[in-house]
Amino acid sequence: MTKPRAPPSPPSPIEPRTSQVRLASSTSRASHLLCSECGTLHPWSARTACDHCFGPLQVGYDLGGLVGSRPEPQLQGRPAGVWRYLELLPPVSPALAARTDPGPSRLRPATALGEAWGLDDLWIKDETALPTGSFKDRPASVAVALARELGYPAVGCASTGNLAAATARVAALLRFPCAVIVPTGLPESKLLPAQALGARVVEVDGTYDDANRLANLLAEEERIGLVNVSLRPFYTEGSKTLVLETLEQLGWDAPDWIGVPLGSGALLSATARGLAQARELGWLDGSGGGASALIGSQPQGCTPIVDAFHSSSGEIQPVRSPDTIAESLAIGDPASGYEALRAIRGSHGWADAPTSAEVREAILDLARTEGIWVEPAGGTVLASIRRARQEGRLDRSDRVVAFLTGAGWKTPRVLGPPSAWALPPLRVAPKTRGLSKLLGLTATDARFSEPSRPPPSAGAAREVRAW
Amino acid sequence: MVSVHFTSALRQVSGGRSEIDVGPFQGDLAGLLAVLGEKVGPSLGQRLLDDGRLRRFVNVYVDGQDVRYSGGLTTPVGPSATVDFIPAVAGG
Repeated sequence: MTKPRAPPSPPSPIEPRTSQVRLASSTSRASHLLCSECGTLHPWSARTACDHCFGPLQVGYDLGGLVGSRPEPQLQGRPAGVWRYLELLPPVSPALAARTDPGPSRLRPATALGEAWGLDDLWIKDETALPTGSFKDRPASVAVALARELGYPAVGCASTGNLAAATARVAALLRFPCAVIVPTGLPESKLLPAQALGARVVEVDGTYDDANRLANLLAEEERIGLVNVSLRPFYTEGSKTLVLETLEQLGWDAPDWIGVPLGSGALLSATARGLAQARELGWLDGSGGGASALIGSQPQGCTPIVDAFHSSSGEIQPVRSPDTIAESLAIGDPASGYEALRAIRGSHGWADAPTSAEVREAILDLARTEGIWVEPAGGTVLASIRRARQEGRLDRSDRVVAFLTGAGWKTPRVLGPPSAWALPPLRVAPKTRGLSKLLGLTATDARFSEPSRPPPSAGAAREVRAW
Repeated sequence: MVSVHFTSALRQVSGGRSEIDVGPFQGDLAGLLAVLGEKVGPSLGQRLLDDGRLRRFVNVYVDGQDVRYSGGLTTPVGPSATVDFIPAVAGG
């Protein structure tokens, strides 16, 4: 899988967020909708399903005038974030774009974790630091902005928790009434952010798929911009910016592998579209030509897409009652499942389903080497990358990027009782002497030492820090 | 009386109607589609079925239960059932 790489190009100057935003809705190259299943073209409108086969629609672009261009002239002067890539997004006003943009996330080499797992060029795209702690801030930004452009009086979503907070955030920014429909049983830590941001939470007595169905019915009764129902074609475009930003941070040199969590399959599908569009534009440098292979990862207990990948029929069999610690991936009936399947196969990638134990172990490995606490969706991706390395699917020198899509504080209980994975808190009197001996800090000094090898992609690392 | 509902994205197959009262009926979903075809036109079955099976992106619920878990086209439809046709393109 390894390919020879040219030295990373000098970092692009990225202006700080406080700079003047220069966006124009007319700059968007969105021109139509097309069916992701049968390819039927549809005029630009607020519709979600194909007239021919009822498959999901996606945004189509007329990139003609941009093909063969360089990215720098297009992007120069724009702040980093979702709306930086506005040619490849639906059109909204500059004011809406500036108001809703959640900003960029960091990409950095995971040198210590990579050393532990036998990967010399492992990178992590850390979406945990976005405003509501997950990548859902990206699609929510685009969809809620579109809801304002399309005149919806209210917004909402069906959610396993992350999208609820992300939608509520943009709704608060744009003063939209907001309702979020969730399955019962989500932890408070997933619901409280949405409530604090002003959303009304509707708990459905059932699974996420039941919440989804209710959202469909609500969209029939009321004119409400449900971001992943009535605005879904635009919503998924926001997710695409995750890979566009990653590519730019890597100097437009596509990595060998990208690990993506699979819930509905929308993020992985959007990742494939982003890669394809960057390739079509001619923005990708490097010898790989934009040929990243995609690793799709679902946790055991909810694996309809992974099962289909490994089945002879390729048919997706919905999972009626998902049972997984990765509740953000507990989508039994994945709306973009077939598109994701094609994207994985088309990229010569792989689909994998790690166990809960492997997911927990990966979460702790990351936390204790790279200082990032992720929720199980990120742990699922990391566990699959580790497995792929152990099975020899990844070479030591492959450049691998893991999409870490959500923060660990949202799901504090998934690791099990702290007694199983952490030392218990010491309870001591204020004047206790000899505390350092009690703590045994000298025994753990090795944990704080530098990795034995420098990052192999030190030039690229400097570029990322410039971001 | 069996009551059949189509969400807006699927109304092109129901002649633009959001609700159709089928009248007295008892049988299975395949039989119901045949009756609906008589009321709306043969295109209904042609649009909702693909190679004799429900299309991938059409979800059907009989009394709130997803028919993919209850036998698909052989799902029983009782005399007072409510049947919903909803596109499967939401979520995530």
